[in-house]
Amino acid sequence: MSAVTHDAGHTAGHDSPIGPPDPSKHSPDFDVAHHFDTADQQFDAGRMGIWLFLVTEILFFGGLFCAFFIFRSWYLESFVEAHHHLDKVMGAINTMVLIFSSLTMALAVRSAQVNDKKKTVAFLAVTLLCAAAFLVVKYFEYTHKIHEGLLPGKWFAGHGFHTAHPGMFFSVYFMMTGIHGLHVVIGIGLILWILIRANRGEFSQRYYAPVEGVGLYWHLVDLVWIYLFPLLYLVG
Amino acid sequence: MAVAVPGAGTEKHEHGSPPGSNYLNAQSGVWSWLTTVDHKRIGIMYLVSTLIAFALGGFFAILVRLELFTPRKTIMSPHMYNQAFTLHGAIMVFLFIIPSIPGSLGNFFLPIMIGAKDVAFPKLNLLSLYLYWIGALFALSSLVLGGLETGWTFYVPYSSTTSGAVIAVTFGAFILGFSSILTGLNFIVTMHKLRAPGVGWYRMPLFLWATYSTAVVQLLATPVLAITLLLLIVERAFHIGIFDPALGGDAVLFQHFFWFYSHPAVYIMILPGFGLISEIIATHSHRKIFGYKAIAFSSLAIALIGFLVWGHHMFVAGQSELAAVIFSFLTFLVAIPTGVKMFNWISTLWRGSISLRTPMVYAIVFLFLFAIGGLTGLFLGMLGTDMHLHDTYFVVAHFHYVMMGGTVIAFTGALHHWWPKMTGRMYNETLGRVSAVTMFIGFNMTFFSQFILGSRGMPRRYYNYLDQYQPLHQFSTVGSWVIGLAFLFVLYNLLASLRSGAKAPDNPWGGMSLEWQTATPPPTENFLTTPKVLHGPYDYSNDPKGTGGSDS
Repeated sequence: MSAVTHDAGHTAGHDSPIGPPDPSKHSPDFDVAHHFDTADQQFDAGRMGIWLFLVTEILFFGGLFCAFFIFRSWYLESFVEAHHHLDKVMGAINTMVLIFSSLTMALAVRSAQVNDKKKTVAFLAVTLLCAAAFLVVKYFEYTHKIHEGLLPGKWFAGHGFHTAHPGMFFSVYFMMTGIHGLHVVIGIGLILWILIRANRGEFSQRYYAPVEGVGLYWHLVDLVWIYLFPLLYLVG
Repeated sequence: MAVAVPGAGTEKHEHGSPPGSNYLNAQSGVWSWLTTVDHKRIGIMYLVSTLIAFALGGFFAILVRLELFTPRKTIMSPHMYNQAFTLHGAIMVFLFIIPSIPGSLGNFFLPIMIGAKDVAFPKLNLLSLYLYWIGALFALSSLVLGGLETGWTFYVPYSSTTSGAVIAVTFGAFILGFSSILTGLNFIVTMHKLRAPGVGWYRMPLFLWATYSTAVVQLLATPVLAITLLLLIVERAFHIGIFDPALGGDAVLFQHFFWFYSHPAVYIMILPGFGLISEIIATHSHRKIFGYKAIAFSSLAIALIGFLVWGHHMFVAGQSELAAVIFSFLTFLVAIPTGVKMFNWISTLWRGSISLRTPMVYAIVFLFLFAIGGLTGLFLGMLGTDMHLHDTYFVVAHFHYVMMGGTVIAFTGALHHWWPKMTGRMYNETLGRVSAVTMFIGFNMTFFSQFILGSRGMPRRYYNYLDQYQPLHQFSTVGSWVIGLAFLFVLYNLLASLRSGAKAPDNPWGGMSLEWQTATPPPTENFLTTPKVLHGPYDYSNDPKGTGGSDS
């Protein structure tokens, strides 16, 4: 969808149907970096860069998922017992918050593509609020766990477990949700950055690459959570 | 053989830049270098940085060999010895061989070879360099923070139980990983999106196919190392029990994770070297490269199969027999595309008009040493023989033949190949050849003796050894001095060329690929107009005068 819009906007910018476009005349409302010949080329390069970056993120989390599955199969009973200590309601609320934020993010990108500055800013602000809400819920979950002595490693003081190595589940849980949470924090910074730029009116149907890039990143952060929630909270 | 290139010659005077302006003198001052986004300057800074790392790693290698001169204590304590071989390995792998060729020659020549003005993301490129420096600072901080005795592989339980700066070094490697990922990402996008008109995929020089394959591995494998090292750091700091069996974790899982990155990383190390050899051999035998597509796709094949062979590092680590057999089979599969490359290079030499200039001498040294290194890899990929040879000096010799006899020799040769283009100066040809031959002799003295030591049962990483191994160890140590001498020749030759070398013409070897068609040293924007490319990088037979087509 976005590619179509982009192409339509781009065709309108051509000065002449033949011959190489002149970058200086071609793009009155934003700069094409010195090493690109056209705005199209710059846009495509940026988009490809983001996608490749997302691939590295998937592999990065892939290691964690791999560790999760191995230890789950080793200590199945312990994992089942330990996962009851997670708050399914809070996890479900967070899941809905993040899915909703993905929707608002998609709408923000769409609004930027159709030159609707007001809506872009509004949708980005809602996304930002959802991200913050996610972290608030996570904060309450974490403090509760710490209170129960379930912080893993040298702090682990959980009691009442009937299986061996109950700490393993919480090691995996805190690593996975912690690194995911870090991605949410980074996402908040990125969304804030494009929110400010959108508010300045820097984006238009001819230039919205940063909104789309941050949007893609945010969808990945959501996607990771959508796997984390059932695996950690629900599967018994 | 110095062929003037009309295209470049005329361009120089037609366009705006003042005559004689190039990427080196366009701006001056340290600040202009530290803030540059010019891929050529970033390449030069990578070159200097990685060569300093190489010198440091080499220094530790000399120390290790010196300690092994006698069967018992020679110059250092056992703990110092552990630290010396760990730092040698860690520096050579993470600070030198992985970033060296992509960072220096890749950065410098990739955009030029596709007729682009820069890489796709120049600021990201500078960030990669800064991450390299920051990672290097963390890694080298171990020198003052109590050293490191884990070996470069950081195996658990060494890394969870020994003292020393494990966290600092692994965090350094973590940061270096991001530097590597960003370089790979940048290169892939650059090759997809920034090729000049006429540069189809099959008109890219083979160095770029190798760089592309390398970049794929950098992109897909390095994130797994990142998460592994992160888990290791948390494990060591807070005892979370992912890798420590005493806490319910799995030490072998660390090995799986580590080699899932580090075996593909072996191809990050060697594939760029393959690419360089293709360039050197085609240019200096003035012949269209034999089997262009076969070489190009064999690089990709090696990169892809390379992801599936990590288990051959763990044949004796309690892996299931079925897994071991599969990993062994896949390991043998890698030999096929590698063999394809060897035969194509040799076929290119056949009936070429070979000039035995320094880069070509290095390329021939490469063919001999790499053939030995590659074939001995098969001994280790075979389950039965590996039981005997695992963790012996045979392994040490094998990977030095591949990494040093392969990559370092190719890198040194390519440095001579492109030195005139990068610096605008010619080095002393005789001394260059002498350095290559000296290196060949020293290298075989040092490492062939280690094949024999290993097959006779000398285990790697041991501080003491049985008296019967002493003659071979001493021979190897003397060889390390010869290698050191050869690198001093190289260093002197290249530095002297900067002071007093003759000015280099635009195309000293009569090369056909794009980097030879622009001025020497190249202007900041590489080409004064976007070049239109009408021929392939090795079309020597179609163009007997060796002229480029950048202006037509």
